[in-house]
Amino acid sequence: MAKIIVVTSGKGGVGKTTTSASFASGLALRGHKTVVIDFDVGLRNLDLIMGCERRVVYDLINVVNNEATLNQALIKDKNCDNLYVLPASQTRDKDALTEEGVEKVLNDLATMNFDFIVCDSPAGIEKGALMALYFADEALIVTNPEVSSVRDSDRILGILSSKSRRAIEGREPVKEHLLITRYSPSRVEKGEMLSVDDVKEILRVSLLGVIPESQVVLQASNSGTPAIHLKGTDASEAYADVVSRFLGEDRPMRFLDVPKVGLLKRLFGG
Amino acid sequence: MSLMDILFGSKRKKSAEVARERLQIILAHERNGRAGAPDYLPALQRELMEVISRYVAVNLDDIKVNLERQDNFEVLEVNIVLPEHER
Repeated sequence: MAKIIVVTSGKGGVGKTTTSASFASGLALRGHKTVVIDFDVGLRNLDLIMGCERRVVYDLINVVNNEATLNQALIKDKNCDNLYVLPASQTRDKDALTEEGVEKVLNDLATMNFDFIVCDSPAGIEKGALMALYFADEALIVTNPEVSSVRDSDRILGILSSKSRRAIEGREPVKEHLLITRYSPSRVEKGEMLSVDDVKEILRVSLLGVIPESQVVLQASNSGTPAIHLKGTDASEAYADVVSRFLGEDRPMRFLDVPKVGLLKRLFGG
Repeated sequence: MSLMDILFGSKRKKSAEVARERLQIILAHERNGRAGAPDYLPALQRELMEVISRYVAVNLDDIKVNLERQDNFEVLEVNIVLPEHER
């Protein structure tokens, strides 16, 4: 049975697409057949982050409208054997996403033996975001340690617990995981940024991982390679840890503390 | 925090602390509002009205039905104003 995971946040620019790309790639690297779907109709970007923008022919809306088959629309990832990308439409209006249409696509993907279906949600709480989370079994809540992001995440948590299909049908609720991104331990230490514990306490969701603020993320998007592939970097390691924890392995949290600095720097500040 | 900060003391509250307090207050408020009024309230009010009006002449406006949330419980408050001349 395919597991459907929505990557969502409410707020834009917090790292949903970056996370979707690396998380889906990580699952595929671990041998799971995975598809990542862009739900941001009209503002698609997952294709750029995955580096497959020039291979997009058909998209999610084409499949929903029966203008193309899933096999025609799925793009095989260049880095992982088990990974496919289903891009969003760049031209259609987002009302083209219907509940029935999305359900059919998800059901068809399940029959193609995908283990994981990762839904990259658009920002906001409009149709696209609602469709991305509606069918979810689990949710990654991407949050920056910053007031507007935390507030919007709280709003999305409320929507997950009231408007998802699991909530409406009274089934076991969507399993929620908190993913804190753009975390800067040095700013937390100075009291300039909400700490991991602050965000956890406010949102009351179990923590799946922390991705440090990292220059690697921009390098990754520049080159169209998900950050997890940039081996040996902090962001890559952090995403690999997230995937391991999601798969049930025990990995200690990393990148939460400032690397030790020398005495002189401590005396005169830095 | 550097030694200089400690020596000369920055007494201002750290901005992260302010952020945490502001979030706790606004989210407590928004979470209360989110559940909203249950949708049975108007029907409850209408049916109460039907029963009461069999015995007393009251207006729909004289019946107030409210649901209030406190920490771990909810209070359903029904307030019926009986017309004065009946007494």
